[in-house]
Amino acid sequence: MQQRMIWRLAVLMVIAALLLAACQPQPAAPAETAAPQATEEAAPAAEEVAGFQIPAIQEGKFNVAMVLIGPHDDGGWSQAHYEGLEYIQQNVPNTHVAYIENVPEGADSEQIFRSLSRKGFNLIFGTSFGYMDPMEIVAGEFPDVTYIHISGFKSNETNFGNLFGAMEVMKYLAGMLAGARAKMDGNPKLGYMATFPIPEELRLGNAIALGMRRTCPECTMDVRWINTWHDPIIEKEASASLFDAGAQVVFTGADTPAVADVAQEKGKWGVTYDWYGSCKVERCLTAPYWNWGPVYAKITAGVIDGTYKPGWDYFDADTGSLGLFGFMEGQELTPGLAELPPEVIAEVKDLVAKSLAGEFTRFDVFAGPIKDNQGNTVVPEGEALQQIDLDQFPEMGLGCTYCMKWWAEGITAELPDTGN
Amino acid sequence: MGQASATTGGLNRWLPYRIRFEPRMKEVPAWYPLAVTIGAIVVALFLGGILISLAGGDPLRSYAHIARASFGNLGVFSDTLVKATPLILVGLGCSIAFRMKLWNIGAEGQFFLGAFGASAVVLTPLLPPESPTWLFIPVCMLAGILAGALWGFVPGFLKARYNVNEIITTLMMNYIAVAWNNFFIYAVWSEGGFQMSRMFSRSAWLPRLADYAREVPLFRGLTVHLGLVFGLLAAVVVWYIVYRSRWGYEIRLIGDNPRAAEYAGINIRRNTILVMMLSGALAGLAGMSEITGVVHRLQGSISPGYGFTGIIIAWLAKLNPFAVIIVSILFGALILAGREIQPSGIPKMIQGIILVSLIASDFLLRYRVRIVRLVEEA
Repeated sequence: MQQRMIWRLAVLMVIAALLLAACQPQPAAPAETAAPQATEEAAPAAEEVAGFQIPAIQEGKFNVAMVLIGPHDDGGWSQAHYEGLEYIQQNVPNTHVAYIENVPEGADSEQIFRSLSRKGFNLIFGTSFGYMDPMEIVAGEFPDVTYIHISGFKSNETNFGNLFGAMEVMKYLAGMLAGARAKMDGNPKLGYMATFPIPEELRLGNAIALGMRRTCPECTMDVRWINTWHDPIIEKEASASLFDAGAQVVFTGADTPAVADVAQEKGKWGVTYDWYGSCKVERCLTAPYWNWGPVYAKITAGVIDGTYKPGWDYFDADTGSLGLFGFMEGQELTPGLAELPPEVIAEVKDLVAKSLAGEFTRFDVFAGPIKDNQGNTVVPEGEALQQIDLDQFPEMGLGCTYCMKWWAEGITAELPDTGN
Repeated sequence: MGQASATTGGLNRWLPYRIRFEPRMKEVPAWYPLAVTIGAIVVALFLGGILISLAGGDPLRSYAHIARASFGNLGVFSDTLVKATPLILVGLGCSIAFRMKLWNIGAEGQFFLGAFGASAVVLTPLLPPESPTWLFIPVCMLAGILAGALWGFVPGFLKARYNVNEIITTLMMNYIAVAWNNFFIYAVWSEGGFQMSRMFSRSAWLPRLADYAREVPLFRGLTVHLGLVFGLLAAVVVWYIVYRSRWGYEIRLIGDNPRAAEYAGINIRRNTILVMMLSGALAGLAGMSEITGVVHRLQGSISPGYGFTGIIIAWLAKLNPFAVIIVSILFGALILAGREIQPSGIPKMIQGIILVSLIASDFLLRYRVRIVRLVEEA
């Protein structure tokens, strides 16, 4: 009895101590950092509190927050977004940015979005597919905050918008290069390490296969599903498994540059993804990558002056937000590309230039005739997939005509079973 | 003697003292375990502070931030309670098993099964989607409790019948539970090819404070849900079972002295199975409360390790059901505030340090530390 009393007292004391700490006046950190940040230098994007990055708003500025699925320096997907966030800070006047990393999809993320909204952030980017529903819910609770969700397919057309880009264009061009490389090495087999069986991953895989067949009609492509966006170990194992099964060039759909590292060990080729800095090792052939900065800056500026209307925003390469490593301004061909036949390089260079000029888009990648790997014609000559076909399965019931539930000719894998 | 001081290390050469540990013969006074526990937490926070400093942070301000981010206003306190809710239930489940010295490491799996059971009611569907909330809640609870209890029954039965080590079985069954759920979200209840079920119909959601925001404006954005009440009631029930019932007496006796219990004619096998089932049922209820109160659909990432955190909480609370509530709230706060500290990872390490300090401090309850003078000894 007595012991329990003491426990209760102690517990009350601990809570009291925490409450006292909670009521302490805000540390003066914002004032310290406000001055240097006004000069918009390339300093750390988020403000520092107690030596750590803790997202907090700055009064009088337009506050932008970003929620990341992986570490902000993962060398892939999340890092590309993080650099986009820094770009906002440097290019849109009077903004303040902050981020939260390693946020799992699902219920946890809902609390994070609500907490950021409560703190008073004006614009919040969520950069993983699974943040979609939590963002939609929180967007309903905070009508004054704008939410932009990357990938996914939902929008409320007022303050919750969807954003994605035509990465299939760059994957198609990388497929052309990989096909040429495999053909030249005398082993006409490619591998695709895909994440989840969702329309995006089928779309990008099909784009690779279509590009591959353009330069190497006898080439085939194997697929492995890893069911994760970010897991360095699983990514390594799956790429090793694809190489061991005979692949000459392996593509990744996941976040880290594991394919290139494994290719280095095996003396094969890897094609990394997401971030321009991911293609470092000698055996990295190329990397289709995101350059979110320009698009993010445009959206932020648009939200500030009220001209950006959240909806379904799907950008092409002419925004400057898509890249193919080795072909963009100031980049040189990787060693693996430099050995390729000059006519292939010239063709890809030409298509890159056209895509940047807006003359070669996702609809050109998916223009008929396209055959699936069962021999059926998916898209007849003279027609092309429409936007709704690119990111829909028939069972989603949103009225796609051709839809994305097929594997292109040359893919030696079965369609994943996606239930219903 | 010169030889002895050489073998016991260099310190003796400088100090004429030696530290000796002696097993305690007498019961420690009532205040002593509490003082040791608080001391352990202080030491843990101090070590955590060193860690934060090494990572380039300011420990005091970091701790102040943790407190502010989890208790600073009504909104964040509500978020803290939401995080604490599954921890309370899982912690209670662990504490009652540990009371009998049954090492149930499988609360995570039992949590997933409980979530599965509740989801099955909505998604199979066992109840038509237009059923009223008052019907959904008890049926989902029952399904979650049964599924969790089943996941506790298997290792309990194996332990009682074949003396299979429950640490191994419960641990391994965690993986089965996660894989089981994955099968359903990938292949059976997948919505349009995505690895999550459809959203539960609104009537299958546990009521939240925010639902009454129209009547009480103060509740706007507060996501505390009915699961918290489950947790508080469960604590009372567990307290009653352990301290006031005959069954609780048996459980405590088996835990303290199984041989004496056996001589007293207590059925250890039956109690092993029943306690594992109760432990699993509580973790299953946690899964049900999380899935119908917070997530509202079945999907992959429904637990940031609640089942394992529950083990820490049960220890930290010294297996006391009411202390479990408080410790859960503190851990809820740590998880919540931890999310905000970038780079992530530091708060997890602090949790780990607290646990290690606590387990280490247990040593002080069983042994006395004596400092003896070498001269005296000689």
